[in-house]
Amino acid sequence: MNRGPSWFNISSIVLGFAFLYLPIVILVIFSFNESRLVTVWAGFSTKWYGELFRNQGLMDAAWVTARVAFVSASIATVLGTLAAITLVRFGRFHGRTLFSGMVYAPLVMPEVITGLSLLLLFVAINFDRGFWTVVIAHITFSMCFVAVVVQSRLVTFDTSVEEAAMDLGCPPAKTFFVITLPIILPAVISGWMLAFTLSLDDLVIASFTTGPGATTLPMKIYSQVRLGVTPEINAVCTILIALVTIGVVTASLITKHQEVERKRAEAAAVQG
Amino acid sequence: MARKASAAKAASAKAKTPGGGKNVGPVRRTFAPWNDPAAKPFILFENVTKRFGDFVAVKNLTLGIHEREFFSLLGPSGCGKTTLLRMLAGFETPSEGRILLDGQDVSTVPPYRRPVNMMFQSYALFPHMNVADNIAFGLKQDKMPKGEIADRVDEMLKLVKLEPFKTRKPHQLSGGQRQRVALARSIAKRPKVLLLDEPLGALDKKLREQTQFELTDLQQQLGLTFLIVTHDQEEAMTVSDRIAVMDHGEIVQVATPAEIYEYPNSRYVADFIGDINLIEGTVASVRSGKVTVDTPDAGKLVVQQDIAADVGQKAWIAIRPEKVRIGLGKPAARTPNVMRGEVWDIGYLGDVSTYHVRLPAGTTVKALQANATRLVERPITWDEQVYLSFAPDGAVVLLS
Repeated sequence: MNRGPSWFNISSIVLGFAFLYLPIVILVIFSFNESRLVTVWAGFSTKWYGELFRNQGLMDAAWVTARVAFVSASIATVLGTLAAITLVRFGRFHGRTLFSGMVYAPLVMPEVITGLSLLLLFVAINFDRGFWTVVIAHITFSMCFVAVVVQSRLVTFDTSVEEAAMDLGCPPAKTFFVITLPIILPAVISGWMLAFTLSLDDLVIASFTTGPGATTLPMKIYSQVRLGVTPEINAVCTILIALVTIGVVTASLITKHQEVERKRAEAAAVQG
Repeated sequence: MARKASAAKAASAKAKTPGGGKNVGPVRRTFAPWNDPAAKPFILFENVTKRFGDFVAVKNLTLGIHEREFFSLLGPSGCGKTTLLRMLAGFETPSEGRILLDGQDVSTVPPYRRPVNMMFQSYALFPHMNVADNIAFGLKQDKMPKGEIADRVDEMLKLVKLEPFKTRKPHQLSGGQRQRVALARSIAKRPKVLLLDEPLGALDKKLREQTQFELTDLQQQLGLTFLIVTHDQEEAMTVSDRIAVMDHGEIVQVATPAEIYEYPNSRYVADFIGDINLIEGTVASVRSGKVTVDTPDAGKLVVQQDIAADVGQKAWIAIRPEKVRIGLGKPAARTPNVMRGEVWDIGYLGDVSTYHVRLPAGTTVKALQANATRLVERPITWDEQVYLSFAPDGAVVLLS
């Protein structure tokens, strides 16, 4: 069988990647454009990045987004982890299927519906919309992602490690904090990062549930784009892309490094 | 097949040097509190039943284990031995009955308040802690002063010969080293009883044999009561003072390794421990310590045994392969038990050969012969007519 790259394979890859990344590449290139016109290249410049930091509206929105993402990711991580533990550990309690279904429903729920229903709820109970309503909304949809990540770790968790701790005199609650949590911490952290990223780029749910003074960055960008794309927007998007890229690359490098270290240590242990 | 044969060998070696060698002093040989009616068992399972839904894992079981005893629970997977162990550790609560530890009812005491420690099958080391912290964990729970903890950890590391690995994490250790860390961790608190769940299952054969002796050594050095769960009969034979053979949640026989091997009380036990030949027949006569069994394979066979059996009752003569003699000519020794048969198969294992001989009525009997000289040409080959014989005190009659 011929395993060498054929013309068909090469062109498929090129086309595929172009389809995925060409728009982003164009966006990044035009963020360094001298001209105010987004479609006409007029030479290299970083002036829009400077402009960006002087744009109080965008900076405020970025700050709101960061706070919302941090608070909602943290709370979602706690709740999602608890949900995952319940699902994995409590065996077949009454209503387990219903419970797990309800935990995972937001994964497939259309954002518009989640947003709208939350808006109706906040209006019904007369809750002033603003920073906290966005946080609550983000918790509800990001919690299930945390639950999925933590649950997949817990499934492979050797419960005899917990039993060993209890056998040695450690009460159950303490066992959770000194044994279970440290072991599943990588999964909890990646759950947090997932929740943080999801909150960072959410537009729909935030638009439904926000109120005065709590405009998030995606909302700000969206509203500005409606008045026409400015190079400033390109610049802020480029910064977001850079941040996400750095985050993802760092996380995968750490995982890879740990894996390599572990393999080497194991090989060393076997030898002597 | 090969494993079973070598197990039988290990068992017979053990019969010659009870307890298994150098570390057995004269005190050990007379250690038999279970024969003393005045001795109170240290651990007592009293009519214990454990159900998981409809499944009965342990059935109305009563068992006493004495202080300083090395006790094995032996049986196939699913026989309830691990459940019994976990009930003593506190991870399961008995559905019925109670468990006494040193006279106290511990049936409902949570695991973290019991003076027993367990060594887990998977070792269950804390992956995020180094060797020293793993060993110190139990001591820290007891709020032991820091200095004492450090001393005890060093003592434990020395005991299991792991001093150079103090700061390593579990994943930086080999299987054998992990096993020793798990052992050190479980005895660091000086528990009254140490429970071991298939402690050597994950080790390779050589390491397992070495560790078995280390375990018995350690148990005597520390004077602890060991309760070990295993499905490996060879392991149970090597390390235990007494063995309980379990089947379907019930204990079939409790006895010393030699008794279990030489006097199994049922076909189940006989078959589970070592290799055995069973020749079916009916009881022809019972008198003055001698049982005669009429077999379709070899006529009347005589076994020296005190047994309460009725004439005409169905019975099995159980005889270990190493106790069956094989020869081409009629055996010179005067024995009433001579059988004729045809060599069906020969298993050459190096040190010994197993001859599978087919008797006239179809039963296959295995005869084990040590290869005392180099095997150039077999004196006995396939399809040959041979004589088998065994001494009346070499076999037992089983009624169930």
